[in-house]
Amino acid sequence: MHEMGIAMQIVEIAVASIPEHLKNSRVQGVYLKIGKLSSVIPDSLRFCFDIVSKDSAIAGATLYIEEIPVTARCKSCNNHWTIIGPAFSCPRCSSGKIELISGQELDISSIEIEDDSNGEQSSANA
Amino acid sequence: MEIKVVRKVLDVNNTMAAQNRKLFTDKKVFVLNVMSSPGSGKTTMLGKTISRLMPDIRTAVIVGDVSTTNDADRLAKTGAPVVQVNTDAFGGDCHLAAHVIAKAAENFTLADVDLLIVENVGNLVCPAEFDIGEDAKVVVLSVTEGEDKPLKYPLMFRVCDAAILNKIDLLPYLEYDKGEAVRNIVQIHPGIPVFEISARTEDGMEFWVIWLKEKVKEKLNP
Ligand SMILES: Nc1nc2c(ncn2[C@@H]2O[C@H](COP(=O)(O)OP(=O)(O)OP(=O)(O)O)[C@@H](O)[C@H]2O)c(=O)[nH]1
Ligand SMILES: [Mg+2]
Ligand SMILES: [Zn+2]
Repeated sequence: MHEMGIAMQIVEIAVASIPEHLKNSRVQGVYLKIGKLSSVIPDSLRFCFDIVSKDSAIAGATLYIEEIPVTARCKSCNNHWTIIGPAFSCPRCSSGKIELISGQELDISSIEIEDDSNGEQSSANA
Repeated sequence: MEIKVVRKVLDVNNTMAAQNRKLFTDKKVFVLNVMSSPGSGKTTMLGKTISRLMPDIRTAVIVGDVSTTNDADRLAKTGAPVVQVNTDAFGGDCHLAAHVIAKAAENFTLADVDLLIVENVGNLVCPAEFDIGEDAKVVVLSVTEGEDKPLKYPLMFRVCDAAILNKIDLLPYLEYDKGEAVRNIVQIHPGIPVFEISARTEDGMEFWVIWLKEKVKEKLNP
């Protein structure tokens, strides 16, 4: 439901991440990690991203979303496993004292900038 | 060319929430974030709770509401100072963000407040994701909602420190499997305290109030 706000933050962070000497290069992609436990819906987010990015310095960029599975560690028996259904206790010893290792991410990992080795901007800064 | 970024999308909110947490800790204020779907009984439950806390625990309230001031008016009757905030453009109307809480808290003399209660916007999805600098999060679920709500909104039930099952006075009139609802909550969050209450008749309220008082004391007189 808050995908529009999230999309705005993503665009803001992506724009701020473009290195100074590449300011005029085209940003092709933004890579995002979304944990499966996060409430963000990837399709809605892509939709909002396209709207928000259209009038920004990263216009035309594609949002690539990697969904991260929910994994946990049991604090009682140290078992590691991937949580698939809505069950948050250890499948080995049934302890409920668990630590979530992944699955709540909402992180930007990188941006992909067009390589223009023969472009004027990059040579100007070389 | 790939440029590594590695930033949390909610960095701005998280930073603000950390600032709030520091401020509230410095001022010795315990902050409770109360969340639920619309109409599960947050305002009614909080009104009754505050009446049992005051004047021992000096309580103030921030109410997030999309448009009306009804909830603020209802809670002001307890004598607690109440600030109503309307949700802003960032993220739309679906949750209270940390900066909104920072702004709203400026309306209180924090030195005279022991407990700051935040009634979040009625929504089981978005508020779960936004840290506001609170010390505890509580989710209210009513028996007029489906027993499977916890399974549908696992993040909310994972992040909360306690769950309140409200409107149990209605059980005789419903085909509601309370046992199943509680099992579903505990399946998502093993060990979470679940308080079965009726905000209307005040059945079961005392256990919830004791839990809350303990939490507040733990922070204020460690
Ligand atoms: N029968 C019964 N009704 C209740 C109880 N608690 C609240 N209600 C009723 O449920 C309705 C909604 O209660 P509110 O307290 O306004 O719920 P809320 O969660 O604050 O609602 P929003 O802020 O709009 O999301 C009102 O008509 C209340 O009188 C209860 O324990 N039993
Ligand atoms: Mg309310
Ligand atoms: Zn185990």
